[in-house]
Amino acid sequence: MSTSPNIARVARVVAAKDLRIEMRSHIVVQQVLPFAGLVMVMFAFALDNDDVLQRVAGGLVWLATLFSLFIVVQRSYAIETSDGALDALRVAGVDSQGIFLGKSAALFVQLITLELLLFVLAVVLYQVQLSLAGLVLLVTCVLCATAGLAFVGTLYGGLTAGAHGRETLLPLLLLPVVAPVVLSATRATESAFLSGGAVLADGWPWVGVLAVFAALFGIGGLLSFGALIEE
Amino acid sequence: MNSTAVRSVGTPSTRLFGLLAIACMTWVVVGGLFFTPADLNQGESVRIMYVHVPTAWVAYLAFIVTGVASAMFMFGKKHSLGFDRVAGASAEVGLMFMAITLISGSLWGRLTWGTFWEWDPRLTTTAFLFVTYLGYMAVRGLGGSPQQRARRSAVVAMLAVLEIPLVHFSVVMWRSLHQRASVLSTDGDIKMDGLMLTTLFVGVIGFTCTFAWLVSHRQRVMAMRDILLATQLDSALNERIAEGSQS
Repeated sequence: MSTSPNIARVARVVAAKDLRIEMRSHIVVQQVLPFAGLVMVMFAFALDNDDVLQRVAGGLVWLATLFSLFIVVQRSYAIETSDGALDALRVAGVDSQGIFLGKSAALFVQLITLELLLFVLAVVLYQVQLSLAGLVLLVTCVLCATAGLAFVGTLYGGLTAGAHGRETLLPLLLLPVVAPVVLSATRATESAFLSGGAVLADGWPWVGVLAVFAALFGIGGLLSFGALIEE
Repeated sequence: MNSTAVRSVGTPSTRLFGLLAIACMTWVVVGGLFFTPADLNQGESVRIMYVHVPTAWVAYLAFIVTGVASAMFMFGKKHSLGFDRVAGASAEVGLMFMAITLISGSLWGRLTWGTFWEWDPRLTTTAFLFVTYLGYMAVRGLGGSPQQRARRSAVVAMLAVLEIPLVHFSVVMWRSLHQRASVLSTDGDIKMDGLMLTTLFVGVIGFTCTFAWLVSHRQRVMAMRDILLATQLDSALNERIAEGSQS
């Protein structure tokens, strides 16, 4: 069993490794970001109404994030399992909590990049309006929601890593878990956009739910990730 | 042991649960369909309650049993596979009861409220619980050694304990901000006479006994399957050793 004294150091190294691989492979930039952008365009085709698009823009951004989350999580573990890298990390005595935090941090950075693009697209394609106060709410919401998504993504990705049929199992496991994130983040984003008569102050309780979600699954992940990846 | 001997598959406790289940279910069918009166407001459709309420109770009980058994596996000193098998068997049986709850509730809703579905917190949480445990069953089927299976599924079951209250809370918040009265308020409208209440109570006991009977048999089948796997491995190893010693 590992007795690594510095979880933060392991987390930093693992996160830097994951991000370096992504920067060199360009998979996120060349495939995931265009995919997410296309999803936003497809929503516009399907709904075909500017008022409706403006009204539901928040939900569409989070749905596009969710779809992309599956791809990013699978990608995050594909680089670990293809050469047995995860097993090598464990055999080398690397702390599982450090791996969990590191992979979550890398996922967090990738998702934030993706969401930045999606929100820019929402402003451009769906013509949503954003005030300064709305921007503060939106940024807080995005940070909390993305932390929660990164934690559960890392956790369930680790669970299905290397398993047969993981492409289909991951959405089945992740979707019910992230439902509170989609619900809360959408409501908070609608408040930030003031869409459909939403009030800015109504958004903050939802950010509270997102923060609780991130904290619970962060702690849950730290405690259980080791048991999931031990073989 | 004589391999051709016919062995009993029951134990005194399973027989007791089985007999109690048959007796109670007979009461529920006969009493629920013929002897209990129709409701003043809901008419004959109220009879769905004798199936819906007990199955909902058993479904939630099943998932509590799964959560507790998973925690006992994870935090017990021996990491006993017995707890894992009870957790798995309980989730399997619970899923069946939850499906019956959702279907019967949806039919009852159509007759009472005019819609198959309402975005009520309790209904929505129940649906999410159903899907979550479908995922749990898929994780149990991932393969690997019984210990691996037990560890993985215990973590998923315990994460579900985190997830379900969050889903419920966020849906409660969502509905409270978005108009429309909750359907829960209409549940209290049924005025039950003594026989209705008794039949419902017998139904709860009957379905609980059915659950206990099914889980005790199912976990026994799982134990036998684990033994079979271990035996096959042992015999394969012995064959290889025998081959090695011959050459």
